[in-house]
Amino acid sequence: MTKVLMKGNEAIGAAAIQAGCKYFFGYPITPQSELPEYMSRELPKVGGVFLQAESEVAAINMVYGAAGAGARVMTSSSSPGMALKQEGISYIAGAELPCLLVNIMRGGPGLGSIQPSQTDYFQATRGGGNGDYRMVVFAPADVQELVDLIIEGFDIADQYKNPVMVLGDGMIGQMMEPVEFKTPVKRELAEKDWATVGTGGNRKPNIINSLYIAAEDLEAHNIKLQAKYKKMRENESRVESYNIEDADVVIAAYGTTSRIAKTAIAKLEKEGYKVGLIRPITLWPYPFDEFKKINPNCKGILTVEMNNGQMIDDVKIAVEGKFPVSFYGRTGGMVPTPDAIIEHVKKIYGGDR
Amino acid sequence: MTIVFEKTNGLTDVQTHYCPGCTHGIVHRLVGEVLVELGVLDKAIGVAPVGCSVFAYNYFNCDMQQAAHGRAPAVATGIKRVHPDNFVFTYQGDGDLASIGTAEIVHAAHRGEKISTIFINNAIYGMTGGQMAPTTLIGQKATTAPLGRTEEHSGRPIKVSEMLATIHGAAFVERVAVNNPANIRKAKKAIKECFQIQLEGKGFGIVEVLSTCPTNWGLTAPEAMKWLEENMMPYYPLGNYRRPEEVE
Ligand SMILES: Cc1ncc(C[n+]2csc(CCOP(=O)(O)OP(=O)(O)O)c2C)c(N)n1
Ligand code: SF4
Repeated sequence: MTKVLMKGNEAIGAAAIQAGCKYFFGYPITPQSELPEYMSRELPKVGGVFLQAESEVAAINMVYGAAGAGARVMTSSSSPGMALKQEGISYIAGAELPCLLVNIMRGGPGLGSIQPSQTDYFQATRGGGNGDYRMVVFAPADVQELVDLIIEGFDIADQYKNPVMVLGDGMIGQMMEPVEFKTPVKRELAEKDWATVGTGGNRKPNIINSLYIAAEDLEAHNIKLQAKYKKMRENESRVESYNIEDADVVIAAYGTTSRIAKTAIAKLEKEGYKVGLIRPITLWPYPFDEFKKINPNCKGILTVEMNNGQMIDDVKIAVEGKFPVSFYGRTGGMVPTPDAIIEHVKKIYGGDR
Repeated sequence: MTIVFEKTNGLTDVQTHYCPGCTHGIVHRLVGEVLVELGVLDKAIGVAPVGCSVFAYNYFNCDMQQAAHGRAPAVATGIKRVHPDNFVFTYQGDGDLASIGTAEIVHAAHRGEKISTIFINNAIYGMTGGQMAPTTLIGQKATTAPLGRTEEHSGRPIKVSEMLATIHGAAFVERVAVNNPANIRKAKKAIKECFQIQLEGKGFGIVEVLSTCPTNWGLTAPEAMKWLEENMMPYYPLGNYRRPEEVE
C-alpha cells in the first residue's frame, strides 16, 4: 500500500470510515474541527450520516442512541467539549454500549487556550463522568499510530461493549505525516443481538439501560462491569519501551511529549548518558508491569507531560517507591523542549555519569 | 362471550409502579393501543426519560432505550438516523423536557427530526418528591417553592406547546388532557395523528398531556382531576397548535 500525506484530524476520519464507522455526531471546537468537517464531506459518500448536534451534550447522547441501535458510531471534541460529554460517556459505559471517542486536547482549565496540552489525563483515565467505569484510552504518538488505533479501537469497543477513547492533542491533530492504511487485523465479534432495532414481532423487547434501582442489582451490575474491566487490564495494555533494562534514568512520556523525549534521549546518548523511555500507548489500562523491567540501579524516573503532573501518579504507583520520580511539564500550550528535558535528566544524574 | 375490554399488546404484563390516581398509566395505555392500531409495535423503538416514567422501558412492549435526564430527543435522534424506517418515540415528563432538556427538544423539533414525543405535563417534579417544575403554576406550592411560585422569583410557567409551535420543523403539536373519558378519547386521537405524521415522514410531532400527580399535589385522585381542570386547563389551553397543513 502506498503512503499518503494526511493531517492528523483528517486521518482519524479516514481511518474511522475504513473501520466501518457510519455515524458521526459532533460539535465544533478547535483544534479538532477538521475531523467533523471531513466527516460531513465523506460520510454521505459511504451511505453514512454526519450530524452537527446543538451541543456536545446532545452529540454524545445521539451517540448513545445510535450505539444502542447497533451502529458503529463516533464523536470527537476537545477538552471543554469533552467535559460536557462526560454525562453521556458515563451512561454509555453503564449501559454497556460500544463507541469511539476522540479527544484532541487543548489547554485549560475553563476555556483555556487552543494550543496542545495533555491536561485531560485524569478526566480520561479516572472516569470523568460519574460512577465507577473504565475505558481503554489510547495515546498515539504519530499519525500512523493514530490511524491504526482508531481502526482497532472500534473492534475493541465492540468486543467489550464499552466506549474506547483516543486521546491526542492539538499537535497530533494538526500535524501532517505520511500514513499507510493497512488491512487491520479483525477481532472475532459477537452479533449485536442486544441492539434496539425493533422486535420484528419475533423476540422479546431489547432494553438499553443503566438504571438498577435495587442495591443488590446495581452491585451485581458493577461486579460484572469490573470483571470486564479486569479482562481489559489483562489483555489491552500496550507500551513501547526503549533501553530500560540498561538505563540510568528512564523517561516516562506519552503522545507528543514522548517524541520530544526521544529527541532528547538521542542527544544524551551521544554524550554518553544511558537514558531509557517508557511510552504508554494505553493510558488505561496503564502498563504498570513494564516498570518492573527497569534496571534496579536506575537513578530515577522523569515524567514529562504537557500539564502540571497527572500521569506522574500512575508512574509512582508503577515504581512502588523503588526509584525517585520527578516531573517536568509545560502548560498553556507550551511544549517541552529537548534541551529542557536533557537538563532535567542531567540533574537526576547529579554530575556522575 | 364477547370481549369488551382487554389489555393492549402494546404494553407488557409488568405491573406499573405509578401512584393511585396518577395519569401516567392512562397515557401509557393510549400509547400502547396506538402503537398496535398503527401496526408499528414491531418496528417501534421507544426512549424512556428520567422521572416517574423512567421505568417506561419495562412497560412498553417494544425495544426501548433509557436516556439521561432531558436527553431523550438526542438519543431518539441517534436511533432514528440509524434506523430511518423504524418508528421512534420519546416519553418525557415536564422536568425532563421543559427544564434540563429544553435544548434537546427545541433542536429535535427545529431539525424536523422524524420522531414523536409524548410530553407529560403534571406541573411538578414527581419522582424527586414534588419540587417546582418550569410548568408549576403561579401560586402553586412545591417543596422548593414552599410559599407558592411567584412570577417575580421564577417567571411564569413555560408553555411548551405554544413555544414549539413557532418552530418550523415541528409538524404536529397538540395539547390534550386525560381528565375524563371524552378527553381521553381526544388524547388518543391526537397521539395517533402525531404518530402518523412520523410514519408519513412529515417531521417532528409532540403531544402534551395535562396530567395529575395526586401524590405531590397532596390531593386525592378525584381532587387532583378537579385541580387539573380548574387550574391547569385555563393556563394551558387544550387544542391543536400545529398541523402539517400549516407547514408550508
Ligand atoms: C442530571 C440529573 N439531574 C437530576 C436528576 C434527578 N431527577 C430525577 S427525576 C427528576 C424530575 C423529574 O420530573 P418530571 O420530568 O417532571 O417527571 P415526573 O417525575 O413528574 O413524571 C429529577 C430532577 C437526575 N436523575 N439526573
Ligand atoms: S409521584 Fe406523581 S407523577 Fe409520580 S407516579 Fe406518583 S402521582 Fe404519578
